[in-house]
This record gives sequence, structure tokens and C-alpha cells, in this order.
Amino acid sequence: MSVKLEKNAAGRMVPVEVNGRDSVPFQGVGGFRPDGRKAAPRIATCNDFPADGDKRVGTLREALEVAGLADGMVVSTHHHLRNGDAVGNMTFDAAADLGVKDLMWFPSASFPVHANQIRHLDAGVIHHIEGSMNGPLGAYCSAGKMRGLGVLRSHGGRWQAIQDGEVHVDVAVIAAPTADFFGNANGVNGPAACGLLGFALADSVYAEKVIVVTDNLVPFPCLPWQIQGNNVDLVVEVGSIGDPTQIVSGTTRITQSPDRRRIAELAARFCAAAGIMRDGFSFQAGAGGTTLAFAMYLAELMRAEGVTARFARGGSTQHMVEMLDEGLIEVILDGQTFDLDGVRSMRDDPRHQDTSPFTSYNFHGKGNFASMVDVAVLGATEVDLEFNGNVVTHSDGRMLHGIGGWQNCLAARCAMLLVPSFRDRIPVIVDEVTTLCGPGELIDVVVTERGIAVNPRRRDLLDAVAGSDLPIRPIADLKAELDRLCGVPAKPQRSDQPVAAVKWVDGTVIDTVWRVD
Amino acid sequence: MRAGEITAASAGPEGDRVRSDLRVHYEPGPEPLALEIASKVDYLYGEAIEAAVRRVAAAFALKTGRLTVVEAGALEWVILARVETCLRRGGLDGPAVLPDPAPAAAEPRRRERLRRSRLYIPGNQPKLMISGGLYGADGIILDLEDSVPPAEKDGARILVRNALIALDWGGSERMVRVNQGAVGEEDLAAIAGHNPHTLLLPKVETAAQVGRAAEVLLGLAGDDAPFLMPILESPRGIQEAFAIAAADPSVVALTLGLEDLSAELGAPRTAEGTESFLARQTTVYAARAAGVQPIASVYSDIENEEGLAEYVQRERGLGFDGIGCIHPRQIPVVHREMTPTSSEVERAVRVVRAAREAEARGVGAVAVGSKMVDPPVVKQAFRTVDLAVAGGVLDANWDAEG
Repeated sequence: MSVKLEKNAAGRMVPVEVNGRDSVPFQGVGGFRPDGRKAAPRIATCNDFPADGDKRVGTLREALEVAGLADGMVVSTHHHLRNGDAVGNMTFDAAADLGVKDLMWFPSASFPVHANQIRHLDAGVIHHIEGSMNGPLGAYCSAGKMRGLGVLRSHGGRWQAIQDGEVHVDVAVIAAPTADFFGNANGVNGPAACGLLGFALADSVYAEKVIVVTDNLVPFPCLPWQIQGNNVDLVVEVGSIGDPTQIVSGTTRITQSPDRRRIAELAARFCAAAGIMRDGFSFQAGAGGTTLAFAMYLAELMRAEGVTARFARGGSTQHMVEMLDEGLIEVILDGQTFDLDGVRSMRDDPRHQDTSPFTSYNFHGKGNFASMVDVAVLGATEVDLEFNGNVVTHSDGRMLHGIGGWQNCLAARCAMLLVPSFRDRIPVIVDEVTTLCGPGELIDVVVTERGIAVNPRRRDLLDAVAGSDLPIRPIADLKAELDRLCGVPAKPQRSDQPVAAVKWVDGTVIDTVWRVD
Repeated sequence: MRAGEITAASAGPEGDRVRSDLRVHYEPGPEPLALEIASKVDYLYGEAIEAAVRRVAAAFALKTGRLTVVEAGALEWVILARVETCLRRGGLDGPAVLPDPAPAAAEPRRRERLRRSRLYIPGNQPKLMISGGLYGADGIILDLEDSVPPAEKDGARILVRNALIALDWGGSERMVRVNQGAVGEEDLAAIAGHNPHTLLLPKVETAAQVGRAAEVLLGLAGDDAPFLMPILESPRGIQEAFAIAAADPSVVALTLGLEDLSAELGAPRTAEGTESFLARQTTVYAARAAGVQPIASVYSDIENEEGLAEYVQRERGLGFDGIGCIHPRQIPVVHREMTPTSSEVERAVRVVRAAREAEARGVGAVAVGSKMVDPPVVKQAFRTVDLAVAGGVLDANWDAEG
């Protein structure tokens, strides 16, 4: 497959055509303005739907058949069930059964459990995947085995792509922990409860055909509903939509690693010293080891200063829920719940509000929550001397995991990367990121166990923390220390065959992932 | 193994979960030296890793056989150590192969210093050593004794030697706990020349043991011989506490090990510590009488920060200057609890001011108001002020004019 490339505004070579569609190279932050109208599915009529509201069919295979699944179509699934998901695999097993070929799989993210799809890729059932791929699927794509180009998008970018008509979903398959026969569905109840279904919302609104798959059918109406049955064509009952133990954890433990705790504590102290932590502020933290510890240290500082946060954005876990219960946070705006406490709180507490990529992250809309947050803490695989960030590949160029909300969260007033300075000798601070996922002008602070680097563009932050005893150091200094500790790394060889395109929040192509054998 | 015979040998951990370390295997044979290196970081450091392995092989004049290395992100000083250990185990002889020194490796030792916290790190786990200097402990102890299994003592010794040279200790006191007896003397021979500041001598029961160690070190390092901190871990040791503390001018501190001591007492170690009260008091009295610092044992319940705080208060109350730590998260708690209270600081500041005034006026006696203050109290006041500054509750420039 020969792909035409062009240099974008960040100096990266990117494909100008992705899987048969024209694409726009990255134009710089805020450089691209969309034109045109939102996409929409065909107009439906109640003539085609049962008046009693019962849209059930016997099996998923049957539903796909009735939905008219055909060669070359786009099939989407969501990842709220994480590594416990059974529906993604069921869907493609059924498609294979029907003899359908050359499908594009459009998951909101994939997990190691979806290695099942490798045989469907090999057999030609799936032509290519546009969505994050880690583990075996990532390795498959990195090795150049996929027929089409992978496309990596943020959560907000996925919504934008569907909304703008860049990706037209033919069949959306929505795993629902609870649903009624009309297709209303939620994620807070049922044996496979996952919290919410925000990642499936765009699919339900814009896809041609929508199939809800549940293992917990309730009599109409299913309350609350996050997916509206009025957008749903077919409903299927199955024995189980997934393994609850892999969907949400029983409890989420805060990391014991001294290094990660140190990074988290430094980050929390930075927020206090910089005046970011003050009454009525807002923050975003995820469920990763270090960011979870950050929330814990931040809570201690908030208690000591008598500060309350107006809202926090999650990835919610029991720790964020405890802060809500204690009154340290007034509202949780939640994109994903990670444990049983998060699910319970979302179900029972009106101050714990489910969101979707539309409200939180979509860039082609009338504002979003991500830019309204005072401080967001994120991870990264690499950050370079210009503060550019990488989150999708290792330093060898191998695909590691998807973007998630990472790019979207960079819009926060203060975007902080919490990273170890090196991982098993591999430096995290590098001359130039292997894959550009986030431009340096949006990354304000890098916190490592060896010190804190503040982007020189943020004079205001540097001035604010000048009097504190925090270890603020130029990023070049940190890199020099790593060069001595780890040795100066060789520059890995980069092949010239693209295997995936990395999109920015506005749908432009910010970088390319290259083949690695 | 007959003297001079070269055999197959291995060094380093193996398995999927290995991080920041490596496994080396040597197989002797007639064919020219073959190197087989598998590394997770091959694409970044492949050449550097091979160069390091070859450097050790060359130093040992190794020309034949097969060296297999499976490495997982180890830093260079660790690679050098494990390969050297492997070749020595195989019966080969060669010089020590030393890593490039860290900028602060030559930091001189200081007799008088804060020893509030000392962090133990097992000497055969390089992964834990890498960030040791970041936690602000007053001292870091690389341990060659109880945390290292007997079969790994030789490997740990070389790792610790290399760590003394290449690791960034971040301003912490460079400490090593050596083994007893003949194994300990091998430890001393390996590390004495690489600027360890202070050595911990375990299970000391007689002054003669201390004297012997000091004599060996004098021979190895002359004027640069490290300080000594004997550890009392038995009833006999406690009985000989003063003689041990006063055994040699190189002794700077005295400490005790309550786990082993309690076992020998035949009484279980309790939270209240009644069974060890005499031992702890004796350690303090003996140390002060000999003019050295008394240092308390470790607190093993890592997750119990409240318990640790109570323990520190109790030991401080007995007169101990410091506590052993087994996890970095204990360090801030120890430092906080060792920091003088504001009333203690106020009193100390008054005394130190008075002492400085008295010195300026050439007057021998120090008076605060109408009360005379004895020299030991003045000395303690200076220490309290130092502790307060270190603990962040007193500005370093508190006594500046204007």
C-alpha cells in the first residue's frame, strides 16, 4: 500500500488520504475551522417498527442480518466493559458466521480480550480497525499486517468524526448492562454494570442501524436511560455481555510505589503553591496509579487549607467518590467509572453526573468541559524538550495504547504530565517525541520524581511557584541528568511504511505511526 | 571446583518480572568468545550494552566460551557488576571493573551531621537503589547483610561497590551495612576505597570486634577510612554497650536491632517495647557517655503512619537522634516527628543567642536572663536549632542582623 504524505504544521509527515477518504494535515492549534453541516442517518418511520415497542430478535447474528450487515460496512462498539467485554467478539464472530467481509471495525477503544479479532483480520472479515489498539491488536497493526491504515483518535475526536460525517457508522452494536425491549439502556444497573454508556452515545444518534445487546432486560421503561430507544432498531438478549470482574474492580488501590507517590505528591504541592488549588476550583484526574495518588495528596492539601472543588472530572473511583461524600468536591462529572463505588455513586448520588464525549470533549461543538477545567493531570510515554507529548507509542514506535481523553484534556487551563523520568532505562524525556500526540504549547508542566519542569511559555506559573521549595528545573537539565544516568540513547530506525494515522481533536492528522517489525 | 578451574556460572535474577537488572550466564568452551545479548532496550542501548559486557570480558582477558545476557533495562553500573560477578563465580580472575563516577561520588564524609532517618535498601536489588537519593533521607544504607541471601553476598558486594561510585545519593550519608566475620572483611576490601561515609557493623558483642574492623579499614583506606556504627543485637552486646561505643575514634553512632534482640531475650517484640526498654536506654546512655549518637531501630509496619509517629516520639523521648526506615514513605513522618516543637525551638533560640553573645564578649559562662546555662545544655540547644532548620520550622537565616 503506497501512501501519499505531506508535511504538516508540526513538521511531521502525514498521509493526505486515509482509508479512501481525504484528510487534512494538522494546521496548528486552533488552525482548522470546519465547514458544512452535521451528518445524519436516514429519516426513519414508525411504520417500520413494532407499535408495542418490542424490538427484540432472537440472536445477535439475526439482528445483524436484519440490520442488513454487508461487505465493506462500518461496525462500531464501545469500551465501557473494558477487558471484560464479550460483545465486541460476539459481533465479529457472528459477522464471520454470516460470511460478511471487509468490515471496518470502529471501537471507541479495544482491549487485550479483543485479540479474538486477529483471526477475523487474517480471514478478511475485518478489513481494518479505526480505534485504539493495544496488546496483540497493536502488535498486529505495528507489524504492518492490517490491510487498511489504523486511525487513532481521542474520545472527543471520535465524536467529532462521527458528527462531521468523516466516519459513517452502518451498524452500531451497543452492549448494555440494562435495557428494555424498546432499546432504552443504561450502564448503572445489572450484573455487568459499568457506570455509564457515554462512549456509545454518538453511535446511537448517528448510526444507520443500532443494535442494543443486554443480559439484563427490564420491563419498559428502563430508567434511567442514557441510550434512547427511539434511536435503536433492534434489541438482543444474551446470557452475559461480559465478565464483571474485568469490567470494574472491587476496590482501586493507590499505588505503593515510592517513585509514583513522590511524583503525585509533587504535582499536588505544585497545584497548591501555584494558587491553582483554591475554593471553587476544578480538576481532572484519572484512575491510573500516579494520577489516583495525586487526587489523594490533593485531598490532604484541600483539607488542610479548607478548600472545596466546585467539580472534578473523572475516571471516577472510590477515592473520588469519598471526596464527593466528604464534601471536598461538589460535583463529579464522570466519563468512565472504574470500580463498584464509582458505579454505586453514579446510580445513587445526583451530584455524580454521567457525561459523554459530546459534553466533555467534542471540539466541533459550542464549547466543551475539558477547556473549563483548572488543572488536568495526565500520563505520557514521552515528552520532549519543546514539551510535545506522546501517548500512543513506545520509543521504538510500537503501538502501546490509545489516546483516550488525553488530547482533549490538554485544553485545561493547566495541563500537567505526571511521568517517571525513565522507565527501565528508557528515558521519558527525549530530544524529539517518537510520535506527536499533543503539541508542546498546550503542555504546561511536566512532573517527574527528579523535579518539575514548567513550560517557559507559562511565566505566570513560574512566577507563582518561585518562592516555594519545589524542585523546579529546566527540562533540558532533567534530560542532561538522564543522559548521565541512562546513557545517551541511540536514535531508533524509523521505517517509511505508515501503519496508522494519529488525529488531532479537530480531525486533522497530527502524526503517523510507522511500521515496526 | 579445583583451584584454577574455569566452570559455567551465572549471576543476576531471571524471569519475566525482572526490571532494571539482568541475567548473565557464562559457558566455558574452546571456541572464540561469543556474545549473545537479548535486551528489551536493544533499540536504544544495544551497542552500549554490548560495549559494557565486552569491557568486563576484556578486563578478565576472556577469549573463549559463550556469554549469554538477558537484560531488562539495567543501568550500566549494574551490567558491569553482574558480568563481573558471573566471571568471578566461574573461577576467572580480573580487576574490579568500575563505572563512571557520579558527580557527587567524592562528597566527603562528615562526623557531625543529622542522622534522623536512614533508609535501608537491599544490596542485591538495584531497582530500589536508583531513586534512593530522591527521598531526602539523612542516610541511605546499602545492605549486604540480612536482606541478601548467602548465595548472593558476592554479587551484592560488587553491586554496592558500583553503586557507591555511580549512584546519585542526593546528599544522603553514604552508608553500607557489611556482614560479620570473614564475609564482612571481604565486603570491607571491596568497598573501603570508594568513599563509603559510614559502615554499619551488625551483631557486635565486643569492643575487640570494632577494633578489628577499624584496623582493617585503616589498612585499606588510611585517613579516608569510613566511620563506624556498631549495631547491638543481643543481650551480650547490650551489656558491652559502652565499651563498644568507646572502642575506637571512628565510631560516630551506636544503634540496636530489636528483632534479633527480642528473639534472643525469649520475649516477643511488642508495640509498647517494655521488653526492650533497658536495651534502648542502655544504648542511649552508652552512646552519650562515649560522645557518639544513639540511633533507634526500625519500625516495620510500613502502612501504619500513626504507629510510626508514636514510635518516633517515644524513641526521641528516650534521647535517640534518629530512626531506621525501611520504606521511603516513612521518611517524612520521621522528620516531622523529630522536628522540635515551637516552644522547644523558642527556648533553644534564646540559648543559642545568649551563647553567641557570650562568645562575642569573650565571656565563658552563658546566661539566659538570670539563669546560668551549662555547656551540655548549650550544645543541645545548638542541635535543636539545627533540627528545627532541617525540619523547616525555623528559617536558616533566623539569626541574621536587621
